[in-house]
Amino acid sequence: MQTPILDLLWIIPALPLLGAAINGLFGKGLPNKIVNTVALGATGLSFLAALEAVREFIYIRNQEFFRKEFFDWIVAGSFRAGFDLQMDQLTVVMVLVVTGVGFLIHIYSTGYMAHEGGYYRFFSYLNLFMFFMLILVLGANYVVLFVGWEGVGLASYLLIGFYFLRKSASDAGKKAFIVNRIGDFGFMLGMFLLFRTFHTLDFHELFAKAEPWAREGWGVFGTLTVASLLLFMGACGKSAQLPLYVWLPDAMEGPTPVSALIHAATMVTAGVYVVARSSILFTHSETAMVVVAIVGCATAFFAATIGLVQTDIKRVLAYSTVSQLGYMFLGCGVGAFGAGIFHLMTHAFFKALLFLAAGSVIHAMGGEQDMRHMGGLSKKIKVTYWTMLTATLAIAGFPPLAGFFSKDQILGAAYQIPGGHPLYVVGLLTALLTSFYMFRLIFLTFHGKQRYDEHHVHVHESPGNMLGPLVVLAVLSVIGGWMAAPSFWSGPDHFANFLAPVFSSAHETEGALSEAAAHQLELILAGVAVAAALIGFFTAFWLYLRQSGKPEQIAKSLKGVYTTLYNKYYVDEVYGAVIVKPLLALSTNVLWKVVDVQMIDGTVNGIADGATATGDVTRRTQSGNTRSYAVWVVVGALTVLIIIFWPAIKALAGGAQ
Amino acid sequence: MVPLQYYLVLSAILFGLGAVAFVFKRNIITIFMSIELMLNAVNLAFVAFSQAFGKVHGQVFVLFVIVVAAAEAAVGLGIIILIQRNRQSLNVEKVNLLKL
Repeated sequence: MQTPILDLLWIIPALPLLGAAINGLFGKGLPNKIVNTVALGATGLSFLAALEAVREFIYIRNQEFFRKEFFDWIVAGSFRAGFDLQMDQLTVVMVLVVTGVGFLIHIYSTGYMAHEGGYYRFFSYLNLFMFFMLILVLGANYVVLFVGWEGVGLASYLLIGFYFLRKSASDAGKKAFIVNRIGDFGFMLGMFLLFRTFHTLDFHELFAKAEPWAREGWGVFGTLTVASLLLFMGACGKSAQLPLYVWLPDAMEGPTPVSALIHAATMVTAGVYVVARSSILFTHSETAMVVVAIVGCATAFFAATIGLVQTDIKRVLAYSTVSQLGYMFLGCGVGAFGAGIFHLMTHAFFKALLFLAAGSVIHAMGGEQDMRHMGGLSKKIKVTYWTMLTATLAIAGFPPLAGFFSKDQILGAAYQIPGGHPLYVVGLLTALLTSFYMFRLIFLTFHGKQRYDEHHVHVHESPGNMLGPLVVLAVLSVIGGWMAAPSFWSGPDHFANFLAPVFSSAHETEGALSEAAAHQLELILAGVAVAAALIGFFTAFWLYLRQSGKPEQIAKSLKGVYTTLYNKYYVDEVYGAVIVKPLLALSTNVLWKVVDVQMIDGTVNGIADGATATGDVTRRTQSGNTRSYAVWVVVGALTVLIIIFWPAIKALAGGAQ
Repeated sequence: MVPLQYYLVLSAILFGLGAVAFVFKRNIITIFMSIELMLNAVNLAFVAFSQAFGKVHGQVFVLFVIVVAAAEAAVGLGIIILIQRNRQSLNVEKVNLLKL
């Protein structure tokens, strides 16, 4: 078995790292063309290497699990964390999505960022992100995964704050970083607990040891439940789930390609990846599964409702991303890990496309992001319009586009688990809302009257290097779900079958229905989902095209609801009042003014003042007056003499008496 | 023959006078002379010991001390002349640039 690239698996993440290093260190003096070549070359070659590695994995090794230790990183006692990489079916999906979509977004960025300052810096960060993301998905133990996990957080921070001169951007970067810290704290505790219990953090070994453990029922907080919940806490931070989702909408301060790559297609799905990767741990704990499902479902619905009324085109997409990530967790939580990962993949295609198309719109409008100042753009930027419409149809769940299949699988799985009907209903409602707000976005942006001043804004279609990736992603958004399509005419679900070896199934009851009945149910559920999407579409159509002016009326009559949604349920304000403000007060009044100023500075200054005071007294002896020194010498000499001759003096005194 | 103690007492008195003069006098030349006085008090003690013990070491040391004192007198007088030129005064209290 000759598997040259698999044996050199480290080359896939190393190439973007090399690109990041070259552009980061020397890019400032290089012309944009060379920066492009380095950045695109690094990611392009990485993509090709990934393709070759996947080919070797599937055709030469016949999908046999591959794992290789490259070097020891931390060895302490019985603990070993090596730089080990692995390749299995789940990695295949992730690595192809990351390098493929990443490469397309790199191409797009060469157009989008062409006139921006810090061009080399942008590509250096972007390549650095690719490196860490690939480490994250290729790592064969939790420690290597965590390196990637923190690294993508760093890259995300750097790129959100890319326009660091704008205060809102640097604030958003810090917010993302700090909110993620909370999740990472849980993630690390989870890792520690796993190591304490199983004495290894290697995926393969750990899952083999965890497999025979007893399942922990509802309400039982055993080791695996606690570990799973802690890992899920990390996932909540990284993947922007309730209650830690607040950083993602603000992350839209970064350049649009960054939003597409990091905050839609890849990094934010890392949490889903971790949950899916740890499926064995999660399926051993009913509590953890229920928590994942409920958090995912609640986030999906919650974010979708906020998305209904946002006016910034990127904010709508941001809340949509939060909502779709909720879907993925819902899928994982109901035991359909394959469906969750499937939605992760299709979502990567259509949401990256939506963001890139939105970037193209913003580019066309000369920086305008408010949809209220757009309208009627469909004639002027045709390619952008059609690709964005494709992505919208895909995310809304119209067959036969990608989103339809993945969303349908998740909803189907939610419907079929015992007690899953409420989850299904909320999920379906969310699908309706998704369809509504996405078409609202399309209608406000591309249809209706133009609401901008044509003398100021010269609408122009984007250059070819931006449109190319849009078209490729549009094609993927259409065909991305077809691997699962045969299941609709009783054929095999190729995607689920491919991933099956990686996941352990949570519920053995799935086979309870007869095949014919299950198939019938699936068709009915698909029909209902499409109906929901259609309702969303027609509502948006009616409100924003037929009855313009109606939305304002509704907003007025439901003022309370509207303002609550428009202000995102005041979550930021509540967090500000409940967490940030007390913390700030504590830091200012206690930690700063008491602990730091009085205790620490007081101690340090006190020691210095004490030394000065002592010196003030003792320096009187060092007057600089030579004759006083002479007096001291004499006094000293006399003292020495008296001490030496003390017995003689005493004897003399005694003799005198 | 004069006993050793007499020499030593004389030497101690001379040394004590030198030390007191060194500490209390203000004129640099007087201070300089008091140093010479202390050196010679020591010389007297050396010579007395040399004679009392019948050894030559003490006298050799005295010669060394006289040589060093001569060298010291040359350097010291040079310094005194410089001080006089710079400050038009021989008062040692006024040489106080290093004082607090």
